[in-house]
Amino acid sequence: MTTRPVHGRRFAVGGLVTVLDLGKPGHVRIPYYVRGATGEVVQYCGTYLNPEDLAIGHTSGPAIDLYRVAFDQRALWPDESHPPRDRLIIEIYDHWLAPAAPQPAEPKTESPA
Amino acid sequence: MSASHDHDHDHRHDDHEALVVEDDAGNLEGQIVIDALQSVLIARGLLTAPEVTREIQKLESPGIHLGARIVAKAWTDPDYKARLLENGKSAIEEIGIPVGEAQIVVVENTPTVHNLITCTLCSCYPRSILGQPPSWYISKAYRARTVREPRKVLAEFGTALAEDVDLIVHDSNADMRYLVLPEPPQDTGDRTPADLEPLVTRDRLIGVTR
Repeated sequence: MTTRPVHGRRFAVGGLVTVLDLGKPGHVRIPYYVRGATGEVVQYCGTYLNPEDLAIGHTSGPAIDLYRVAFDQRALWPDESHPPRDRLIIEIYDHWLAPAAPQPAEPKTESPA
Repeated sequence: MSASHDHDHDHRHDDHEALVVEDDAGNLEGQIVIDALQSVLIARGLLTAPEVTREIQKLESPGIHLGARIVAKAWTDPDYKARLLENGKSAIEEIGIPVGEAQIVVVENTPTVHNLITCTLCSCYPRSILGQPPSWYISKAYRARTVREPRKVLAEFGTALAEDVDLIVHDSNADMRYLVLPEPPQDTGDRTPADLEPLVTRDRLIGVTR
């Protein structure tokens, strides 16, 4: 699994990332259930204004990278029973992500459209 | 559902979100606030009643029929399907449907993959295509359970998903909006898009049914 940033992007499709818990109040778009979880970047979505700024009327802030990140459901919800290949995909803004070390035994071949 | 509101106000009202809040006379709390606000804005000359009506029409004119057109086109035109999966927004606009969202991500159901759409944080939904979401889509139960126990939710919609069909749940938490491309019927080859459109339901476009 390679992580090759493209055009200054921090993360490439296929790269492993961990969602940070920035502890920010207000209109953040990162739900608690993915904070701290490690997943795989499956799509780069482009740049968007930060909803945390937009919510308080700052409409001229810098646009930031947005990624779709896939998580194994079993890792997100260890108390529930999920078949091993069930996944959840969610959008995460760049500043909520940190690179994660490659993990063994992660056979991922398909990447959703 | 009629939630009585004659309790003493010792809690904050944003602690809960009722979908429909009526008082004993049947008034919708939200409607009263909106009527008052609208009267003030019209009185001040900031908007007119026809403008409000026009905006409501704009909100209500999209609907499942647009989703059905997109899917039936994709079922009968492989090149269109490829473009739709590559860039949902441009492919949808290509057939004359205006898209208000930043991007539409079209996710394809196959014999081995099923996709389910939710928005855990609020009610994000491809509104410019499908119109307003059903009330259950906005409910806290749907939003919480579709990520935690999605197969149980599907079962309650009558969708028994085999264990060997992979389930992908899409949480539309940010700027993307999602549309499911359901599996076509077996005999698509001899059928026209108009013939196929009735097979496309709202629930299939969200992925609660297959």
